[in-house]
Amino acid sequence: MYVYDDHDRQIAAERVAQFRDQTERAMAGELAEEEFLPLRLQNGLYVQRLAPMLRIAVPYGMMRADQLRRLARVTRDYDKGYAHFTTRQNVQLNWPALEDVPDILAELAEVEMHANQTSGNCIRNTTTDQFSGVQSDEIADPRPYCEIIRQWSTFHPEFAFLPRKFKVAVNASEKTDRAAIQVHDIGLQMVRNESGELGFRVHVGGGLGRTPMVGPVVRDFLPELDLLTYLEAVLRVYNRYGRRDNKFKARIKILVKALTPEGFAEKVETEWAHIKDSPTRLTPEAIERIQAYFTEPDYASTGNATDLLAEQRFENRAFDQWLTHNVDTHKKPGYAIVSLTMKKTGTAPGDVTDRQLDQIADLADEFSFGEVRVTHQQNVVLADVRQDRLLELWQAITPMGFGTANLNTLTDVICCPGGDYCALANAKSIPVAEAIQRRFDDLDYLYDLGNIDLNISGCMNACGHHHVGNIGVLGVDKKGEEFYQISLGGSSHHDATIGKILGPSFAREDMPDVLAKIIDVFVDKRTEEETFLDTYRRVGIDPFKERVYA
Amino acid sequence: MPNVIHQDGSIRQDDWTLVARPAEGESLDIPQQPALIPADLWLAGHEHYVGRDDIGVWFDSHDEPEILEGKVNELPVIAVNFPKFSDGRGYSIARLLRERFGYGNELRAVGDVLLDQLQFMKRCGFDTYVLRPDKDINKAARCLNFFSQGYQAATDTQTPLFRRRAS
Repeated sequence: MYVYDDHDRQIAAERVAQFRDQTERAMAGELAEEEFLPLRLQNGLYVQRLAPMLRIAVPYGMMRADQLRRLARVTRDYDKGYAHFTTRQNVQLNWPALEDVPDILAELAEVEMHANQTSGNCIRNTTTDQFSGVQSDEIADPRPYCEIIRQWSTFHPEFAFLPRKFKVAVNASEKTDRAAIQVHDIGLQMVRNESGELGFRVHVGGGLGRTPMVGPVVRDFLPELDLLTYLEAVLRVYNRYGRRDNKFKARIKILVKALTPEGFAEKVETEWAHIKDSPTRLTPEAIERIQAYFTEPDYASTGNATDLLAEQRFENRAFDQWLTHNVDTHKKPGYAIVSLTMKKTGTAPGDVTDRQLDQIADLADEFSFGEVRVTHQQNVVLADVRQDRLLELWQAITPMGFGTANLNTLTDVICCPGGDYCALANAKSIPVAEAIQRRFDDLDYLYDLGNIDLNISGCMNACGHHHVGNIGVLGVDKKGEEFYQISLGGSSHHDATIGKILGPSFAREDMPDVLAKIIDVFVDKRTEEETFLDTYRRVGIDPFKERVYA
Repeated sequence: MPNVIHQDGSIRQDDWTLVARPAEGESLDIPQQPALIPADLWLAGHEHYVGRDDIGVWFDSHDEPEILEGKVNELPVIAVNFPKFSDGRGYSIARLLRERFGYGNELRAVGDVLLDQLQFMKRCGFDTYVLRPDKDINKAARCLNFFSQGYQAATDTQTPLFRRRAS
């Protein structure tokens, strides 16, 4: 994982000092609220419904045990003892005091963490696949490129006041897309061209929110050394021509749509031609320097523990289920990728206590070279676990509540904090997630249903990514009452699709029944091998409509 | 005389006046002192203005600096207006003037210019700043220098940090 050098440390320290100064001036009345607003947002600080909220960056999802312990300490000392994992690989504190934020940021900087650009109209935290570097089907490890983008985008002087927020995601797997790159402002898919050179396919203008769109391809192949100059060209075109007259039309997707993807691409190419060979062009040495931080840990050379695992599975059905659902194949023989689910029924998806953060840190030290990754699905990954220690790990996490073997099933819900916490929300989202989890509490039935992405957002801003859920739930406000609109058929993977709205919305208490009817239709119509999404795509929305609104 | 901040943090007297765009059908009224006029109007009256060291131009945030390509260095001062500090277009305009069109004379930030944006402006090539009058001009020097270095190449440095690290 990347380690700060003196340059990074100095810049981080200067940032903390700057924000302390800004906070003092804001509190002294020298900065008007609207002037302080973008400054605090670009340091992760929102003022929310109940209290401020601080969004801490976890660059491309990677965290070390010491960072987790520091987060735990911060939640204890400055908050109510818990934090929340978001859908963009960040961590949120829900109750910090405004005047404490500079101290919190100073404590985070000591362990190479920050809240830079986690909000505001700037380039946000770059995200990627939580299985990066440990799966066999990736073109290359995307994390060095994410770190290169992180450094380039940090305090970029030209792009701190964009028309709107700007999110970049990178994916390197050929088979799947766990980073949902096609619903980002820029999605970078690592590819090799016919000559075997490494580069990116560039999608621009995807996004959720009010106008959900799948990002069109604006360049089939961007050589790796041209990454930053091309991003600079895209951002410059957006900064100059993106709409600033209407907040709801200010995202880059609207500009891409207005110019057409071809027209937009042409504008970018023209701009890029001027800066392509500028000093911002990457060098092989620069890439190698960053790659050197992402080398393999000191793996033991053991073979696959096939026989041992078979024996353990045979003796322990619950362990067997957990292996099937929450453990993935590792590129290294003898190792496995483990997903810890933060989805215990009764706690908000993604919520984690200070004690659990410490526990995860201990697990990382004990089982996975002291590192974890946080995921787009609000779970945590131990990426390098020895197969012959999986049983031991499972026994350790079960009492902690991380062992729910429901990864990627209906109850592995993605959910925003919603009306319980968020000032923007039209409706609560967490109770809906919980009601559905309680209704579908039979693991065997869940396994039988297979992979289903259920995504819940409390408002149009779509932090719960409801548009790309196979089943999406959106909280809406109807004359002061909370209602929920359902969409079907969304996907955030390589086949990215925006879901289709089923029809009129439902009251909260009806939601578990409505979900049950939707699932019943799927069970009636599906063939042996089909996932929910396959069936939906084959039979269309009508059978679901008929059953639900009968 | 109003004050202008220079990029080294010093504060100096200023004698440039910004001339607003005349209303439809009105003609440009240039005062008897150094004046900054809308860039397109300078271009329209090019023969008349060229070579005068008391006439500069200003761009609004939605203007295209491309219109002065090849002529920028005929101007002693170019100003860029920030109608709202949160309108970031001026940063791109500045970089284009400096890095693409090779402008070498004074580049000035005017309008809704606040303290916390000064260092970004400096990095993008502005070398003078007219601070909004209600802000404390004595804090400008500190705000211009919160950071001792940046990650990226910009107008102020040709070498991004990844190249400095390699050398």
